[in-house]
Amino acid sequence: MVLKMADKPSKLKIADREFTSRLIVGTGKFASNELMRDALIASGTELVTVALRRADVSGKHDPFANILDFIDPKRFLLLPNTSGARTAEEAVRLARLAASAGLPKWIKLEIHPDPRYLLPDPVETLAAAEILVKEGFTVLPYINADPVLAKRLQDIGTATVMPLGSPIGSNRGIETRPQIEIIIEQATVPVVVDAGLGAPSQAAEAMEMGADAVLVNTAIAIASDPVRMAKAFKKAIEAGREAREIGLAEKSASAAATSPLTGFLAQNAGRSD
Amino acid sequence: MSFIETLDNLALKKSELVQRFEHLIAPKLDQELEAMAQFSRSLTLQNFGRTMRLFAPLYLSNECINNCRYCGFSRDNPILRVTLDIDEVVAEAQHLARQGFRQILLVAGEHPKFVSCDYLAECVRALTRDFSSISIEVGPMETEDYVSIVEAGAEGLVVYQETYNRGVYVEMHTAGPKRDFNFRLDCAERGYAAGFRRLGVGALIGLTRWQDEAIALAAHLEHLFKRCWQTQITVSLPRLRPAAGGFRPLFSMTDRELAQLVCALRITFPQLGIVLSTRERAPLRDSLALIGVTMMSAGSHTEPGGYTRQGREHLHRTVRGRIVAPEYQDGEDQLATGQFEISDERSPAEIAAVLRRRGLEPVWKDWDQALCGA
Repeated sequence: MVLKMADKPSKLKIADREFTSRLIVGTGKFASNELMRDALIASGTELVTVALRRADVSGKHDPFANILDFIDPKRFLLLPNTSGARTAEEAVRLARLAASAGLPKWIKLEIHPDPRYLLPDPVETLAAAEILVKEGFTVLPYINADPVLAKRLQDIGTATVMPLGSPIGSNRGIETRPQIEIIIEQATVPVVVDAGLGAPSQAAEAMEMGADAVLVNTAIAIASDPVRMAKAFKKAIEAGREAREIGLAEKSASAAATSPLTGFLAQNAGRSD
Repeated sequence: MSFIETLDNLALKKSELVQRFEHLIAPKLDQELEAMAQFSRSLTLQNFGRTMRLFAPLYLSNECINNCRYCGFSRDNPILRVTLDIDEVVAEAQHLARQGFRQILLVAGEHPKFVSCDYLAECVRALTRDFSSISIEVGPMETEDYVSIVEAGAEGLVVYQETYNRGVYVEMHTAGPKRDFNFRLDCAERGYAAGFRRLGVGALIGLTRWQDEAIALAAHLEHLFKRCWQTQITVSLPRLRPAAGGFRPLFSMTDRELAQLVCALRITFPQLGIVLSTRERAPLRDSLALIGVTMMSAGSHTEPGGYTRQGREHLHRTVRGRIVAPEYQDGEDQLATGQFEISDERSPAEIAAVLRRRGLEPVWKDWDQALCGA
């Protein structure tokens, strides 16, 4: 019997870049920049998102806003995000600011006008994505788990879609599961489950569902040991992805014998040669 | 519906949220309070992370046309006054920028002659290069006046109601336009309409029972969260401090009660920014930083020109709107009078170091002028 098994897990491809890690890490909420740097390294991530409002992009190397100095551009691809923007106009302005400061022309498009639940505005996000894609940005939009919006964004030419599992920082896991399943089924670009993943098991669940990657921030940043938690997420995501690639067994309401009654047929088939 | 109606009916009708809040501020056993503090801490971590935003107040002017019994700037107080000119404001601000501040709060007494809307807009414009976030705390204005200040680059508006008790409000504010309780009460919403991204509200603690103020404040917060949904809301809980005029607080609030109120606000409004000023002593500030506070001032001066001694040359007294030369001798070293006394006199660097030791990252920049359209 020949098992169909790849030697290595497949790589994640976003736009024209390949990534071994399927974990994207956010950089807010850490107790120090040093701890953030160590957690990023431990997580094995290759793609790191930073809120532009926390960074100094004036070129002055402000020592009081030096978060970018802790993210090694040789090790990680920096993904600036537009957190704080509440309109397409503001998000586009931030993205252009980042690009003109020499940051990668990749942008995690986040437009959440309500600072309380940080839920993304679909209208403004679509409008901003359209402009930024035309300007040559690689756009990764943060969206609610809305399959039609996901399709509209793919049609425009975004590099991924990033539906939320639950509100940012809520640690509630994948509450939008049925919608995310539709998004994954219909996707022509990588699907990144972003926001709400509070435990490694939830990240593994996203990978088992068929998400191409996940983004984690709060659960790592506020852990009592962010470095170990980063490693825990890394392992869970690898396990979830591997299980997905192998193919999970179907769930059944009743018990199923591990030595099925029809097993002899396969054995007989083997002997008939 | 304006909040005026909600407030006036509050004794008869409280929302479910406010009723839950009322239970949270009722007297608690030590172990109950500890449980509240643990929950409050975990909600703060979840929503704000292991961080503390730092800002500094910059007093522009201590001129005032109001008489408020508790405030050092009251018009009838024979204090040394000054309104900094733009160059002086920039000099003060640059001192703060060198210390690390990127978030600044411009504070002034209420006096349309000295602290006009154009003057404030000019101050804001002069500071956008060095500060990513600029807020104002001045007398309440009309929406159109706020618009010009927002367009200049201001992000936040802070207006405390002082007291939500109408009767006490009238007793405390004995003269001047500030006597208009309702105009002040609707101020945050006018600011929202003008485009401010952050609204700060609060009540002075010490004019009535703190529990009554807290309940009204919670109702106000609930109202603002619903109406002003595209804005960050912050609250401040200033306990009255000694000030010129010699007013003493009429009601007290213990440290334990202040801690309980911080926890109750956090549990009720997990995403609320809670601000703590240098009015409070260092050990209490350091402890509350871990429980629920998300934003702190540091190294503050409450007198205009207090950081770099700007404006000394035009110190004066103001009598019925007219400037009167002070009677001290030339060469005598004088400063304008502060609004209240500071309790935590540590430098910003010292406070940042303490926060780091306690596992909190001091955040100096958390906004960008690009978001304000500047």
